[in-house]
Amino acid sequence: MFPPQFDYHRASSIDDALELLERHAADDPRILAGGHSLLPDLKNGRASPRALVDIGEIDALRGIGSGADVESGADSGADETAIGALTTYADILESDRLQRHAPVLTDATSVLADLQIRNRGTIGGNLTAAEPGADLPAATLAADATVRVRGPDGERAIDAAAFLGADGSEPALRERELVTEVRVPHVEAGGYAKKTHPASGYAMVGVAAVLETDDGTITDARVAATGVLERVVRLAAVEDALVGARVESKTIEAAAERAGETIEPADARSDDHASGEFRVHLLSTYAERALERAVDRVAAGAGGTGTAGDLE
Amino acid sequence: MATHDIELTVNETEVELTVDSRTLLVHALRDELGYTGPKVGCESSKCGACTVELDGDAVKSCTVLAVQTDGASVQTVEGFADEDGELHPIQEQFSAEHGLQCGYCTPGMVTTTKHLLESNPDPSREEIRKALKGNICRCTGYQNVVDAVESAAAALAPAESEGESASGDDVDLRTDYPTPGED
Repeated sequence: MFPPQFDYHRASSIDDALELLERHAADDPRILAGGHSLLPDLKNGRASPRALVDIGEIDALRGIGSGADVESGADSGADETAIGALTTYADILESDRLQRHAPVLTDATSVLADLQIRNRGTIGGNLTAAEPGADLPAATLAADATVRVRGPDGERAIDAAAFLGADGSEPALRERELVTEVRVPHVEAGGYAKKTHPASGYAMVGVAAVLETDDGTITDARVAATGVLERVVRLAAVEDALVGARVESKTIEAAAERAGETIEPADARSDDHASGEFRVHLLSTYAERALERAVDRVAAGAGGTGTAGDLE
Repeated sequence: MATHDIELTVNETEVELTVDSRTLLVHALRDELGYTGPKVGCESSKCGACTVELDGDAVKSCTVLAVQTDGASVQTVEGFADEDGELHPIQEQFSAEHGLQCGYCTPGMVTTTKHLLESNPDPSREEIRKALKGNICRCTGYQNVVDAVESAAAALAPAESEGESASGDDVDLRTDYPTPGED
């Protein structure tokens, strides 16, 4: 399989990238980052741009740090972490800061694809492609992250729900806009569990959960699912059942049972491996597993200290 | 459409070549430069037969454009043996443990194994299997592959962890977790 013909342009900076996108607008340009969604799309004929703008060499788009300074990775102690769009999955996994403060994101990243792909794929590319069944959109939505973009009209910040089209609207990224970073608010606990699709490696069903607690009571819960619908979706019934409840297995299980309540099996994705009905059926099980992982982190102490493996 | 003159280092040799925008790294390595170690398998970033080291990271060269590697350093399996042709310990152990049958996946397996052992010198069998998730073998059933990686880790241990052997046991290797119910 060969990609179709296209022109290739390497951008030296964000401004340069925006200028290249503008200059080659007639060629329907696409942005090339890690390339692990775009190159397969080119080979399969799902995309046929006549120009690619490679942002892979823009160091300002790479790194993990406080919101103040992604480039240097400086930690200002702010209660959020900024992740440059070009940051690879492998870099996310190596970040102690994210392991501690954004466990839902590192959890999801640790079961994403395979070692080689984690070395190359980027968070910005993942969220922009937002393949159905991709893990990070669910984690990002549950994490209540904000996606920052630059475009012809300057910079803007888009909440994850709007960026991913999880709020019913179309995904918010416009033509010739470029994701620059993802900002993730720090949370007490989170977890992700997935049933891997045996053919694609994406999630047949994946559930991301974030919990905030106070003295054993859940004060905030955000639960999001991937793989079931074309786009990620919040599981509102589960969230409603969790808030105000005690952090214990019984309540988690009861809440998780409501995971399929708001999704019609007829609307769910279906293929040779799993019907829509089966996907909806799986939701409760994976919601429970994701929540259990989050609860384990609550038990391990606010903020937690360990990696996903510590909780096994 | 446009061609591009690129310079890269392959197995410590600097090379210059002219590639189409759309030329994949695996094709540039095989067809332009004669490094046939990286194999063309699924061509869709699933099988890992094309795995090479790009600036120190194991990547699938079917999913990298050659032009993206301008200025980069690539190592293929041809770069593993030393100048006298003596095999790298990982290669030796794949041979000793018979961690292959047809051998088509082996260059990719060896490359990913090197990446694994550099970050995790003493992996469990479970960790080995997870690390090799992106390298598909249709012959062996993986048993001997895992044996080979274990043996390679043991073979490399004294030389690479000298002075760190005491602390090696304290490192928490469980950076990945078994997905509940996966598979």
